[in-house]
Amino acid sequence: MTRHIRHAAFFCALLLIALLANAARIQVIEARTYDDNIANRRGTIARYGQPRGDILVGGTPVTGSRDTGEHLRYERTYTNGPMYAPVTGFASQVYGTTFLEHTEDGVLAGTDPLLSPFPMWKGVARDRNPGGDVLTTLHRGAQEAAYEGLTGRKGAVAAVEPSTGRILALVSAPSYDPSVLSGNGPAVARSWATLNRDQDKPMLNRAVRKTYPPGSTFKVVTAAAALDAGVVKKLDKRTDSEDPYTLPGTRTSLTNESEGCTDVPLRKAFEWSCNTVFAKLGVRVGVKRMAATAKAFGFNDADLRIPFSVAESTFDTKVDKAQLALSSIGQYNTRATPLQMAMVAAAVANGGQVRSPYLVERRTRAGGSTVATGGSRSVRQAMRPSTAALLKELMVDVVREGTGSNAWIPGATVGGKTGTAQHGLGNSGTPYAWFVSWAQGDLDLEPKVAVAVVVEDADPDRGDISGGGDAAPIARAVMKAVLKSPSDDRR
Amino acid sequence: MTKAGTTLVAADTPAPAARLPRRRGIELALIVVAVLLSVYGYCAVGLARNGTVPPGAAGYGAGLGVLALVAHLAVRLRAPCADPLLLPIGVLLNGLGLVLIYRLDLETPDDRAAPAQLVWSTLGVALFIVVVLLLRDHRVLQRYAYVCVVAALVLLALPIFFPAVNGARIWIRIAGFSIQPGEFAKVLLAVFFAAYLAANRSALAYTGRRVLGVDRLQLPTGRVLGPIVAIWLLSVGVLVLERDLGTSLLFFGLFVVLLYVATGRTGWIAIGLLLAALGAVAVGQLEPHVHSRVEDWQHPFASIEAGEGPNQLSQSLFAFAAGGMVGTGLGLGHSIMIGFAAKSDFILATAGEELGLAGLSAIFLLYGLLVERGFRAGLALRDPFGRLLAVGLASIVALQVFVIAGGVTGLIPLTGMAMPFLAQGGSSVVTNWAIVALLIRLSDRARSRLGIPEDEEAAVTRSEGRAEALR
Repeated sequence: MTRHIRHAAFFCALLLIALLANAARIQVIEARTYDDNIANRRGTIARYGQPRGDILVGGTPVTGSRDTGEHLRYERTYTNGPMYAPVTGFASQVYGTTFLEHTEDGVLAGTDPLLSPFPMWKGVARDRNPGGDVLTTLHRGAQEAAYEGLTGRKGAVAAVEPSTGRILALVSAPSYDPSVLSGNGPAVARSWATLNRDQDKPMLNRAVRKTYPPGSTFKVVTAAAALDAGVVKKLDKRTDSEDPYTLPGTRTSLTNESEGCTDVPLRKAFEWSCNTVFAKLGVRVGVKRMAATAKAFGFNDADLRIPFSVAESTFDTKVDKAQLALSSIGQYNTRATPLQMAMVAAAVANGGQVRSPYLVERRTRAGGSTVATGGSRSVRQAMRPSTAALLKELMVDVVREGTGSNAWIPGATVGGKTGTAQHGLGNSGTPYAWFVSWAQGDLDLEPKVAVAVVVEDADPDRGDISGGGDAAPIARAVMKAVLKSPSDDRR
Repeated sequence: MTKAGTTLVAADTPAPAARLPRRRGIELALIVVAVLLSVYGYCAVGLARNGTVPPGAAGYGAGLGVLALVAHLAVRLRAPCADPLLLPIGVLLNGLGLVLIYRLDLETPDDRAAPAQLVWSTLGVALFIVVVLLLRDHRVLQRYAYVCVVAALVLLALPIFFPAVNGARIWIRIAGFSIQPGEFAKVLLAVFFAAYLAANRSALAYTGRRVLGVDRLQLPTGRVLGPIVAIWLLSVGVLVLERDLGTSLLFFGLFVVLLYVATGRTGWIAIGLLLAALGAVAVGQLEPHVHSRVEDWQHPFASIEAGEGPNQLSQSLFAFAAGGMVGTGLGLGHSIMIGFAAKSDFILATAGEELGLAGLSAIFLLYGLLVERGFRAGLALRDPFGRLLAVGLASIVALQVFVIAGGVTGLIPLTGMAMPFLAQGGSSVVTNWAIVALLIRLSDRARSRLGIPEDEEAAVTRSEGRAEALR
């Protein structure tokens, strides 16, 4: 009997070994596949089980977390949600994340391995770190000014610091409050449906995700290309240009909004925004050099990240002369995001150098220690410094005595360029009003801010003036807000 | 233990003065450790959830401590030579079970199970003490074999007259308490099988006809086989009527193991497997319930793929996987998502998630140790009834742990059953304390030098068996 008792005991030992081996299989060897199963809610619960890190503007958070006491415990909240929505995006328990909430999710949700002081141990215990914070480059005053300026209108504002590329303001109107999407109830689904149905597309980030025909504001690029190429050597020397201008190889003639553009020197042509002059200049510069300059300013770059992606601004390189003429005055296939046009103004202000724009100054742990800095990006020379100096002169003239007088700020040097862009089938749409500018306080060593404003619903009757009438005052308010503050308090 | 072995070698030449160390001090020390571990777990839950030690921690520790101490004193008084590991393992598993149930109660504030479980645990320990104090010699039970089987069958049949709960007719409700009589029947049937087989094993082993001329496959005659198969069929039939497949599987396994141990005939295993196959086919055909369990086992994620969300088994697997190597920590898992039966059949998932593979392995090894100690007592005993009873009781624990733990971890099809000591369920806790009490009694007999008059059969293998068992 003893032998058989031993056999029975041996059988029980086999059962034990089977249990242990199977437990190791589920808990360690195949654990990952169970953890990643879509029906496993643990990942979601852990994600919302702790307060999400915050996004900060000027040292104060514009986001928060609310303890709901529900299964998915913490919900995102926003202060001044609509104002900062183009920067923060939303963080929804149902619909995922967008913009900074998306690109910085690892830090905010606490999953970024950099947040952990002991990365190896975290691998064994699979804990989460407290969410880290993201400090933005935004200037609170500039953002507020831009948001107020666009209240009740449709459009966008982008402002950058020319010498660094720091984005100071990024506003899109109409906007929405991202906090209505934070939770997971039926109200969230209703809000989502309403926002997506809205004809005005409030969730579209017009400052970086929509491209517009830049119209006359693109003449800054054309002028830079002409000066760099030596096609124009002196600002006050008369140009060889007819009015109206017959597009090469066609019978279409191009006219101007203003009088007296025949053979007018570049200074006046820029001030009066003569289409005929710049169309012909573009053709004389040639497609190759035009495209090179446009590219140096940031056009035709699909890879720009600030850190979320920016829609590609385009300058068509496969064009005949007539198309090139139109492209050179910001029509045809030339399209730009407001951010791109702010970069154009910034390049002029910064001696021809284009700084890659960025939105995240620093990422920190919950305790405040820095995990990573976002600064110091690549630099590109868009034009010669001497060309930039001449263009500054031209832009200052526009504000001092031309179409951009609405942007004038006492005690500062302001340069700008207006634009009105036709669009739609047969130019039937209400034109877009543009204004791009930069400003330097009289006590500053360098220009402090470059801004681009686009207003979609500008009054069509006022023609080119609307850039100055509708967009310039908004640009002025933004620039004033930046100049007013000592440069350090915006951090 | 080497000391024990040496003593025993000396014992082959009669030396009545030599005796085994009783090791009651070790038992007491281990009980203190077990109680402290349980209290620590209780505190860890509170600290993880609220950052404070739960208010009841001292009371809980004192209650468990007093119960364990009284049980220890009973053992000291009436079973001084008993195996020192049995009682501490029972205390630790029971204490841990209370912690896990208390922890799950936090998720279901309207449905608290821990207080009732504590009452049942007290009853269980009381039964333990009664058995240890009153049952002076296990062979007394042999006389009541037929009383036991009648009682077992009555208990098994009782729930048929009560309404079904969650699809199974295994509960009876008396004065607000629900009792699962099948749990008690396990022990009674083990006693009957052991007594019957001890009495008839010669007939079972040495009579019968050969099959296919092979000596090993010698089948016993119908006359000997008849009664035992009849009893078995009856109990299994009752269980199928009640839809409690886990217990059915347990009885069948117990029956085969004891037959094999008693007779040493591989033929019994063949017959057992044949009967199992027939039963499986028949039940699978008749019961859609069983069929779906097998489907779930083969494709645990079928309901997810069908868009119906995860079923209990996949939630259980998620819980185990979430535990990983060291677990989330007590109170920090989400095993409550298993839903119904999270505190009973699926209690192991909570242990797996919150204590990790490390904690789960420790629990399995505790059960393993309990079973091993049971077999050891069986090897050391001299009378066939005692040997079979010890093996039967140990096998009940082993099979039950395997059936339910294998079920919730996806190793075998899931059948509802209580994890011994851990799971919510009063009848189960009381029964398990009875099993431990009987093992204490058996091991005390095995380890004491008071030999029982030798059975002719046992004498052949006794000395080497005992020597090894006690080493």
